[in-house]
Amino acid sequence: MNLPAAEWYDLRDLNGISRLITEWVADWGPDWLASILTGVIGALGVLAIIGPTLLILIWLERKVIARMQARIGPNRVGPVGLLQPVADAVKLILKEELAPRAADKWVFFLPPVLIFVPAILIWGVLPFGPNMSVADLEMGVLFLVAISGVNVLVVFMAGWAQNNKYALFGAMRVIAMSISYEIPVVLSLLALVFFTGTLSVNGIVLWQQANDVVLFLIFPMSALMFLFGSTAELNRTPADISEAESEIVAGYHTEYSGMRFGLFYAVELANTLAISAFFATFFLGGWWLWGLDQWVPSWLILLAKTGLMYFVFIWLRGTLPRLRLDQLMSFCWKFFVPVGLVFLAVAATQRTLLIELGWDPAVALPIYAVINWGIAGAGVAIYARTAASPAQRLPSRPVMARGRLGGLRAARELADAGSGD
Amino acid sequence: MTSGTPTGVTPGAAEGGFGPNEPVVVNLGPQHPSTHGVFRLKATLDGERVIDADMIIGYLHRSMEKLAEERTFTQNIPFTDRIDYLAAMSNNLAYCLAVEKLCGIEVPPRAQAIRILFAELQRLASHAMANGTFANDCGAWQTPLFHMFRERERILDMFEMTCGARLTTNYMRIGGVAFDLPPELLPALRSFLDDLPGKIEEYRDLLLGNEILVARSRDVGVIDAEGAVNASLAGPVLRATGVPWDIRKADPYSGYEAFDFDIPVGRNGDCYDRFLVRMEEVRQSVQILEQLIDNIPGGAWLAELPLHLRPPEGEAYARVESPRGELGFYVVSDGGPTPYRFHCRAPSLINLTALREMTIGGTLADAIVTLGSIDIVVGEIDR
Repeated sequence: MNLPAAEWYDLRDLNGISRLITEWVADWGPDWLASILTGVIGALGVLAIIGPTLLILIWLERKVIARMQARIGPNRVGPVGLLQPVADAVKLILKEELAPRAADKWVFFLPPVLIFVPAILIWGVLPFGPNMSVADLEMGVLFLVAISGVNVLVVFMAGWAQNNKYALFGAMRVIAMSISYEIPVVLSLLALVFFTGTLSVNGIVLWQQANDVVLFLIFPMSALMFLFGSTAELNRTPADISEAESEIVAGYHTEYSGMRFGLFYAVELANTLAISAFFATFFLGGWWLWGLDQWVPSWLILLAKTGLMYFVFIWLRGTLPRLRLDQLMSFCWKFFVPVGLVFLAVAATQRTLLIELGWDPAVALPIYAVINWGIAGAGVAIYARTAASPAQRLPSRPVMARGRLGGLRAARELADAGSGD
Repeated sequence: MTSGTPTGVTPGAAEGGFGPNEPVVVNLGPQHPSTHGVFRLKATLDGERVIDADMIIGYLHRSMEKLAEERTFTQNIPFTDRIDYLAAMSNNLAYCLAVEKLCGIEVPPRAQAIRILFAELQRLASHAMANGTFANDCGAWQTPLFHMFRERERILDMFEMTCGARLTTNYMRIGGVAFDLPPELLPALRSFLDDLPGKIEEYRDLLLGNEILVARSRDVGVIDAEGAVNASLAGPVLRATGVPWDIRKADPYSGYEAFDFDIPVGRNGDCYDRFLVRMEEVRQSVQILEQLIDNIPGGAWLAELPLHLRPPEGEAYARVESPRGELGFYVVSDGGPTPYRFHCRAPSLINLTALREMTIGGTLADAIVTLGSIDIVVGEIDR
């Protein structure tokens, strides 16, 4: 598309290899074999990327979290503990897999397998380079949204089948939260779709390339909504209530042991990785980086941006406490949904001005960016002022007794003195 | 349900599922990540809302009060370590004070200063643990806990260099303390006190100003001053309701009257206030230690006592402000070498009694935060 027709050995665009093989098959074989082969190669490519990446990411997450917590982290197995994830996987595989006697057998066994399906499918529409996606669908964004919704069903199957109250609570929370947070995520993506005029994931990247701007700068609120909404769908801090360890033990996968738990765990990380990649694609320009993609393999650029976003997820996890279910819900419905609708209107208006009135993007886009940052900041400020209850505005310094001592009377005196301050 | 008999679910599930709005009973514990030991909270839930909470204790009962009647007064000191294993020094101190009161023993001034030093260090260590686990219960995934453990570790190192043990110190003796301060302790304490205020500011920034933590703990688990006094709560849980009551001021022991420090109290009596009060108490403890570190008198650290202590017939009750509240020991002697009765007024147990009142009406997540904010030690509840 943008690159000159790449040779098969061109590292900047691995698509060349796959095309070479397909064309070679098409020379002697039927067409259907060639198209199936393309799909298989793509799927294997995706698996080949996320499999090893996951192993490294598990190590990375543990290591980074450990540094944040003033610990060293895994450092026994292999050099600097790099083989720790492998050792963990071996342990999980060798472990006995228990099932509760009262569990619903089929519904219990299926989820660890089923949950892999959306986790793999979601990678299909991710463009690793100009021509490098397994399926560059016309409505890739819609596909992404649809696929990420399938998780909910599987998680509920898991939570229901175990006949465990913690698991059921976890599953209920996932459903309530995921379904709610899908709306802000969709609204944020819809704003992008309105503005760029394409439903194709690669199209959004190409738009950013054509206009020399990353969408994060123009739609900061959508980026925040997508980020926070995905933490809620991924069950990561600060929205990890579905597997809140201190409350409901392990949430929807409480009764899963051995590799069944391992699959849930792996999928969780894979989804986080996928969402990081999609955030990088939608808001940070994906494989494109101001011309650097002509020199460096585009998939490396995407990987770097994905790594950056993954670090943000780890960082959030290492820093923030967890919100409560009702707080998450009210945050979604009272803040994200209205703001998302506002930005939908804003995006539509700005797009119309750009197209219908023929404004010069080089002039209009910076103005849009300023306006949108202003609206986003105002929205956050208004919500922060109105959302806090009176008690939450109490100062974060205690009252000092200053020599007063005693029971209720002293308490009343102190309260009177304190309110006078 | 397609197969198997559903066990462990509410009766009625087998006959066609749950009825409309039927409450669900959830056992938090005795094995649960946030019960801080083997404590069981049986919560009846309507959705996520707690409509009844039942506390079931006794999983860690070791019959200490009865066992103590078979041992001499000195032999009972190790028991007190194990009553509240996160504040062994305070427990040692309270028991020794009770026996000293019973016998009328005068404790040398150096021993008194050393006792205050270690009691305050123990308060720092215990509050670090309490605040860290509280943040953990709010969902801050281990980070504050590990950072506070880093500080606590230095305190435990100081314990170790003094008496060889870190948790169950068994350091105080009737009439003083077991060993003199080692020469390396005061430099270690000095550098610790130099570092700590900066670290406390770090924690304030990370936790106290954190909107999520405020949202999670403000107006959660509220108990007002009257309710707290009626339930005879003590310690940070009581002070968070606004009642300025601290045994160190109200009934000074071991020479606390000579030190200048203030009592922080809360405004609202919620979980956040308890957290806030503990954070501020850390600073007050640092202030006490700063006043103490250069003014430790010389002389003996243990009073001259007969080897076989036989207190006169009678009874004595001594109380201290342990990190968790009013910790009292009641000792009765019949003139023999062993106590006739040995009783401990454990602050955790009495603070826990208010949990039901604090939890009902909140959500399950609130119940966990409230439990964490009370800062229970199960060893102290069950003894």
